[in-house]
Amino acid sequence: MATNHEPDVPANHNENRRTFLKQSSLLTALALVPGPVVSAAEAKLDERVAEAIEQIPLSLKVNGKKLKLKVEPRTTLLDLLRENLNLTGTKKGCDYGQCGACTVHVDGQRVNSCLSFAVMHEGQEITTIEGLADGDKLHPMQEAFVKHDGFQCGYCTPGQIMSAVACVREGHAGSEGEIREYMSGNICRCGAYTNIVAAIQDVKSGGQKV
Amino acid sequence: MNRVDGRQKVTGAAKYAAEYELPNLAYGVLVGSTITKGRLTSIDTKTAERAPGVLAVITHLNAPKAPGTKPTGKDPSQPQTVGNALQVFMDDKIRFNDQPIAVVVANTLERARFAARLVKAQYAKEKHQTNLEANKANAFLPTQAKKNPKSPAADYQRGQVDAYKTGALKLESEYVIPTEVHHPMELQAITAHWEAPDRLTLYDKTQGTMATRRDFARQWGLPEENVKVIATYVGGAFGNALHSWPHESAAIIAAKVVNRPVRLMLTREQMFTMVGYRPHTWQKIGMSATPDGKITAITHESIGQTSTYEEFVEATLGQTKMMYQSPNLTTRYRLAALDVGSPIWMRGPGEATGAFALESAMDEMAFLLNIDPMEFRLRNYTDQDPEKNRPWSSKFLKECYQAGAQRVGWNKRQLKPGALRDGEWFIGYGMGVGTFGAHRGSSKASAQLLPNGTVLLQSAVTDIGPGTGTAMTQIAADTLGLAPEKIRFEWGNSDFAQAPTQGGSAIVNTVGPAVQEACMALKDKLRELAATSNSAFTSAKKEDVAFADNYLTLSGNSTARATYADLVRQAGGTAVTVESKPSGEGQKYSMYSFSVHFAEVRVHELTGEVRVSKLVSCADAGTIINEKTAGNQMKGGAVGGIGMALMEHAIIDDRFGRYVTKDLADYHVPVQADSPAIEVFFVNQPDPYVNKLGTKGIGEIATIGVAPAIANAVFNATGKRVRELPITPDKLV
Repeated sequence: MATNHEPDVPANHNENRRTFLKQSSLLTALALVPGPVVSAAEAKLDERVAEAIEQIPLSLKVNGKKLKLKVEPRTTLLDLLRENLNLTGTKKGCDYGQCGACTVHVDGQRVNSCLSFAVMHEGQEITTIEGLADGDKLHPMQEAFVKHDGFQCGYCTPGQIMSAVACVREGHAGSEGEIREYMSGNICRCGAYTNIVAAIQDVKSGGQKV
Repeated sequence: MNRVDGRQKVTGAAKYAAEYELPNLAYGVLVGSTITKGRLTSIDTKTAERAPGVLAVITHLNAPKAPGTKPTGKDPSQPQTVGNALQVFMDDKIRFNDQPIAVVVANTLERARFAARLVKAQYAKEKHQTNLEANKANAFLPTQAKKNPKSPAADYQRGQVDAYKTGALKLESEYVIPTEVHHPMELQAITAHWEAPDRLTLYDKTQGTMATRRDFARQWGLPEENVKVIATYVGGAFGNALHSWPHESAAIIAAKVVNRPVRLMLTREQMFTMVGYRPHTWQKIGMSATPDGKITAITHESIGQTSTYEEFVEATLGQTKMMYQSPNLTTRYRLAALDVGSPIWMRGPGEATGAFALESAMDEMAFLLNIDPMEFRLRNYTDQDPEKNRPWSSKFLKECYQAGAQRVGWNKRQLKPGALRDGEWFIGYGMGVGTFGAHRGSSKASAQLLPNGTVLLQSAVTDIGPGTGTAMTQIAADTLGLAPEKIRFEWGNSDFAQAPTQGGSAIVNTVGPAVQEACMALKDKLRELAATSNSAFTSAKKEDVAFADNYLTLSGNSTARATYADLVRQAGGTAVTVESKPSGEGQKYSMYSFSVHFAEVRVHELTGEVRVSKLVSCADAGTIINEKTAGNQMKGGAVGGIGMALMEHAIIDDRFGRYVTKDLADYHVPVQADSPAIEVFFVNQPDPYVNKLGTKGIGEIATIGVAPAIANAVFNATGKRVRELPITPDKLV
């Protein structure tokens, strides 16, 4: 938690590196905040320095679209998708790789997007839930989740579906037991597990290309 | 029928509270106290303020004070709990560990998160109390019970006090459930946007758009219509969003200070500390019975944990008062105030806690008597409510017993524990009964016919997952005789027709009739409109009016037509809003949903591992509107019960008053591999009195009684009676 692990930096670390000024529209807000006022000139310079240090160029493909981005090195793939690209179908449930809500495909493999930094994916191809359907035509797994009611609140659903597609492609959907094991990285707190298994089995036995 | 919002949910198009794109959005990150009780003596925000991108660091020293804010713990007018919710950044007092002491606002999430780590606080610590066991002696009667002896939390008595003590055949057992946390998959989140200095819009994870609107309008001294709360999609809640929490106030304050919309999402750690939980509860049951299996007396006592600033009360002892025919019955409900955040109702709230004790004790007594536990329950079955001495509005629990017993294979169960095994696995069977009031409140709904022949209905109600939108669409389609595709039901917006908070299994009971009546009123209105312009409709009965693609028709008159476009034009709109209220039947009948859960478990003889191999959940919940979504909800409640029985346990290190379970690796919830085959059975008989639809509610009874069914099955498998949840392997080896 925030104050539990104090960062190991000198107290004046930020002052020395740069000072910082808020945009003029925020001066009212700033007035509420104790602290020294710094000059606008310094701040603009400082922001440029921060930009240079904090922004790393990144090329990747998301849902078939080539993107050239500048991202902070500490931005996770999950936050890049949700906060920068507005692909909010990928969900944040824990930020620790424990719940599976953020599952996406990276070069065809299912991964927890909260567990890697965006800049680690240079040149890679990311598929999110928004990229699964073929236009208006739902992917067979999406169809099956609707048909078998494989969700309730819907929050874990994109991760479940991305995982389920991978589970079938990996050849891990051979039996109910195998599905349950290989889908255990995706938590559904509403408890729609039985229906999720039914959806996956339906797709698996339907023989459609996933 | 499939869910109406299924496509939105499977494509990622459904927008949750932290997913609305707003111009100039800023991010808030909370800083929590590192002590459990005391005062803030200083808080250094300078370094954080100077970090890149930081717009503001807000603490109790500089936070604008909302004009309607009542100090923490000092607002006795609060209806549901005594006291007042924690008012964030109002004073220097620390009441629980990780209490928010600052919110850092920055132009990106990463910058806000980084700067939050730079806030440094100094404290004057005081000795804290976080251990329920050590504070049982200080437990007290809730204030609401002191003020009102008829309060459900007051001591209850029928027959002789503590009569079990003089019974020839008796048992006395203590039961404990630990703190359990809702942990919906969506983290608590809010996006707060001051659209004008006196107009606030909140995209919020809440179960009640109107309750949240009321809370924050009051807090900021605004007319209610100036506050809009949008909660179209809520990523699970289970009770967690039945209260306005500190982070919501913090985001609203932050948005005010920086004059930009602010998005704030809690971390999974923060979900343990500041947004409620099922409280750690100690219970004791004394029970006596005759040798032929008639209960003569029950005493059920309970002490639940609450915070120092709010008295959280739940119906832990409710089921004991009405489930079995015991002539002597005593209950005592107490609270112990600890230095923790306030609890809040968690699925099947107090009843699930109470049912663990009661239904375990029923199993213990049946064992003492050497009677089959189902037979023992049947011998004490109640044909009318023994608490209020009134008939049930409907009760088909016996039918549930029979259906469940047959489906789980109850005939394989042996009276002697440990008698069944499969290799290294012991096999056991257990049952647990659940009940919850079939509550119905008042609600409005609006309906209008659009020129294209579709009907638009609106309600402020939320849909946290049960499928409210789908059920309401079906009710409207049935009432109007239209295909469900022609109905659009919109929900989750406080500007829509008034509806209660989603909770207490009451939504279909309450909003369903409003939708039904709005549709009937719409039909009346259309018939009247048609009557003025078309003589064929003048004396038509409303039940004869039917919908075709573009016009109304009349049965028995094939040429009568009134086109939608004409009707809408003629009237300048067709909107109707109705209010639906419960009738007085509640005074004459006792209204409850009932459930029974049967569990088959396998317990490994060497490792003590428990696997639930089969669950059968049977419900008398009145009319079932949608078997698919209702069945899903029952299965989900059963999975929640597995968590309660076998794994869920939030642990505080009392030396520091801090949770050591901080994430989903430490706090276990059931995963796919923990979920067995679950079979659901609905009696599906309408209740004649709750409402015209005949519904009684499902959400709570889906969980209530599951944990004791599993605990009883573990006893049947092993002969080991575990009275303190969760049943982890260390308790069995």
